[in-house]
Amino acid sequence: MADKVLNVSGLTMDFGGLRAVDTVDLDVRQGEIVALIGPNGAGKTTFFNCITGIYPPTGGDVMVIPPGMEPQRLNGLKPNQITIRGMARTFQNIRLFPNMTALENVMVGRHCRTSAGVIGAIFRGPATRAEERETISISYKLLQKMGLKKHVNDLAKNLPYGAQRRLEIARALATDPFLLLLDEPAAGMNPQETTELDELITQIRDEDGISILLIEHDMKLVMSLSDRIFVVDFGRKIAEGIPQAIKDNPVVIKAYLGEEFEV
Amino acid sequence: MVYGIIELINFAHGEVYMIGAFVALIVASVLTMAGFTGPAVLALAMVFAIIYSGAYGFTVEKIAYKPLRHAPRLSPLISAIGMSIFLQNYVLLVQTPDFLPFPNLIPELEFLDPISHIFSSNDLAILSITTLSMVALVLFVKYTRMGKAMRATSQDRTMSTLVGIPINKVISTTFVIGSTLAAIGAVLIASFMQQINFYIGFVAGIKAFTAAVLGGIGSIPGAVLGSLILGLTESFATGYIRSDYEDVFAFALLVIILIFRPAGLLGKTKTQKV
Amino acid sequence: MVAEIRKSLIAAVWFIFLTFPLMVVKVNTIENTVEWRWHNMLIVGVTFFFLSWLWRYLLQKKEEGTLTTKGALTKWTDRVMNEPAIYKPLIAVGTVAALLGPLVLSEKHMQPLISALIFIVLGLGLNIVVGLAGLLDLGYVAFYAVGAYAYALLNFHFGLSFWAALPLGAGLGAVFGILLGIPVLRLRGDYLAIVTLGFGEIIRLILENWDDLSHGPSGIANIPGPTLFGDVLSRSDSTVLIYYVIIAMLVFTIFVVNRIQNSRLGRSWLALREDEIACQAMGIDRMKTKLAAFAVGATWAGMAGVVFAAKSGFINPKSFEFWESVLILSIVVLGGQGSILGVILAAFVLKLLPEYVRILGEYRMLLFGAAMVLMMLFRPQGFISNVRRSYEFHGLDEEGADG
Repeated sequence: MADKVLNVSGLTMDFGGLRAVDTVDLDVRQGEIVALIGPNGAGKTTFFNCITGIYPPTGGDVMVIPPGMEPQRLNGLKPNQITIRGMARTFQNIRLFPNMTALENVMVGRHCRTSAGVIGAIFRGPATRAEERETISISYKLLQKMGLKKHVNDLAKNLPYGAQRRLEIARALATDPFLLLLDEPAAGMNPQETTELDELITQIRDEDGISILLIEHDMKLVMSLSDRIFVVDFGRKIAEGIPQAIKDNPVVIKAYLGEEFEV
Repeated sequence: MVYGIIELINFAHGEVYMIGAFVALIVASVLTMAGFTGPAVLALAMVFAIIYSGAYGFTVEKIAYKPLRHAPRLSPLISAIGMSIFLQNYVLLVQTPDFLPFPNLIPELEFLDPISHIFSSNDLAILSITTLSMVALVLFVKYTRMGKAMRATSQDRTMSTLVGIPINKVISTTFVIGSTLAAIGAVLIASFMQQINFYIGFVAGIKAFTAAVLGGIGSIPGAVLGSLILGLTESFATGYIRSDYEDVFAFALLVIILIFRPAGLLGKTKTQKV
Repeated sequence: MVAEIRKSLIAAVWFIFLTFPLMVVKVNTIENTVEWRWHNMLIVGVTFFFLSWLWRYLLQKKEEGTLTTKGALTKWTDRVMNEPAIYKPLIAVGTVAALLGPLVLSEKHMQPLISALIFIVLGLGLNIVVGLAGLLDLGYVAFYAVGAYAYALLNFHFGLSFWAALPLGAGLGAVFGILLGIPVLRLRGDYLAIVTLGFGEIIRLILENWDDLSHGPSGIANIPGPTLFGDVLSRSDSTVLIYYVIIAMLVFTIFVVNRIQNSRLGRSWLALREDEIACQAMGIDRMKTKLAAFAVGATWAGMAGVVFAAKSGFINPKSFEFWESVLILSIVVLGGQGSILGVILAAFVLKLLPEYVRILGEYRMLLFGAAMVLMMLFRPQGFISNVRRSYEFHGLDEEGADG
């Protein structure tokens, strides 16, 4: 069995009196594609926001174990510090930098892996120039890989919807993560785009060895992609297992379809 | 109050206040010259100031805010600053750049004579009118349909639209009410200070904002508490330290509050939704 | 058509009503007379009748989206900036004109020209903060004051020369930028605006009231201009020298802004302006990035302040009022946030034009205000919008093809 790269235990998040995430345990192993599913409002995105540092969780532990390195506790770190530790994410409601070009969006992703400062920017020494060249070439290759070659110099806001979603993935990949968190990557895509996305995600895992945790509503995509699935409802984890087991799990069916369809 | 609903600092609010003071001055002067005296002048000046401030507030919203409701946050802010500059200079050009003496409109009340050196009729007028406006405002916001719509709009604009609240109307009304209150304040303060010029709106706007932030944005008792604290701090500080620094204290207080407790004394913190 | 006329009539009547007490009546409270200016009413009525027409037309255009697409001006500037055959000669002509300037112009014209150039530098500095990083700073003039007072005071007490004060002023500006930045930069957009405004005013009020330090409202006089290789120059020679100093500074500023714009730091500023949360998720430290923008912006204000003190030979707190911040901000806003060429043009229009056209001088602030509102409504990107750099890939394509 492969090593774990992410281990979340007992994660809890309270908003005032409302418990949005309730003692959820979850783990992702090296090279795995794991899906987090559940009905609308089940607390999936809140879970993402907690482990990526956007909300400080009320309780529980978030640990990442970068391959070949010591485990690190992420609680209380800021989002940028978490990204530097190798966990990158995309957003449910696309959050690109709309007035920057596609290439620049990806180049921003390289930020935490580069180091030029004010002085470097002004005098542009050989080190800075080499770094800039490298940033451009890595970013360009990422765009190419995500099928965005023809959009390189287009402003992000002018890209078609599906391309924007892929650009977000490219941008997240630019931060050199070992674990990628995708929040509804297929939302708003047509069937053909979804099939392409399926291939892309598999490719990212197989070629780059990046583990993936994704939230998705498109069950066909979830079933074909995932190695394992976690199901949450009302903030609690109600099931986990391989796709086939989840499909037949009565608790899951009940959560999705509601009481009246039970009979 | 206005801020709570539109979630934006209205830089032009101080200018609406200043225009209220000017209108009151003009009406009062014309009436005095026509031979009227006494409380009638005060009442009429107040009424005109309220009407005009309300009208200006309404117009400012229509021109500088409404078309920008979906624009990035910086845009309405800059357009409000532009509006504020415009109105200041408009008054400067069509009226005067100098200070104008403002007549003391509040009549001396005889029964207060024995204690007038500590509690004058001015103080009584300010105290009573302020209390009255505050009570009226609280009642309005709590119990009328429009008041409820305003609170809903300040909570979540999109949802309010969905449940059928005409947000354009709500925001306009909020502006008008805010401007009306500004006019009342302007008349009271102007007749207390006894002079006005085109520039009074800027400092008043900042101080009003400080008071609102201090008390917690959107909370009416908070705003009153904030104003009291601000007023007391200012007069104590100037009394004990140096009078030149009066405005410094207002600004410093504002800066300190915003940095350490942006939600204000009676406000709640909001979590940003991602 | 009838409906349109009716709408315009209503607007006209509404504005006549609005402006009636202020424009028609003018009271003289000392002599107790009232002046009735009925003709103003007619002017207002007619003006607003037509303005409301234009207003609706523009709003409609905006709805249709025809205004947001590239205007003719932007297309033209795009071409100029992207074709070396056009922009190279233009730059050459500009350089020659700039160098010959002092030989042709008398001192009377030099002073306003230098002021305008100082404001270009200030505009470009603030542009970094507002245009690139999206932080609305309404107290920018405070850093300008820091630079000016640093030179004036150090010279007064220790006889420090202009050349020594220049880097010192820049450094002090940066230090103040960081000091003010640390507490305030956690705040969101509009709170940030009001707090920076507060800080700006606090600094001005301190300068006005702390007589022992700043000599109070009367200011500091007899600030010497720069020396040339140790020689003290006459007033007019010194003006010429300052002119060249500010031109050199301007060239340096443009060079720096240009480079920063397309650097790692510049991209992180833009990203911050576009979406703070996504920016953080990309591993960018929000505070550090904002502080850098604040400090770099303040550095330029500090430098410009030193030059200003040397140029006028006299400074007092009046030169650093809130409206100066607003003026610099309008230069940035009207010129197009993030655009260098736009800022230069706007600074000339806003600072130089009023000096020469008296009527404009009187109505200057009024027009500024109106222009700021209208710009935000109809052309939020400014006269000349910032064009992001395009990258071309030839070699990389083949390399990537087998990857």
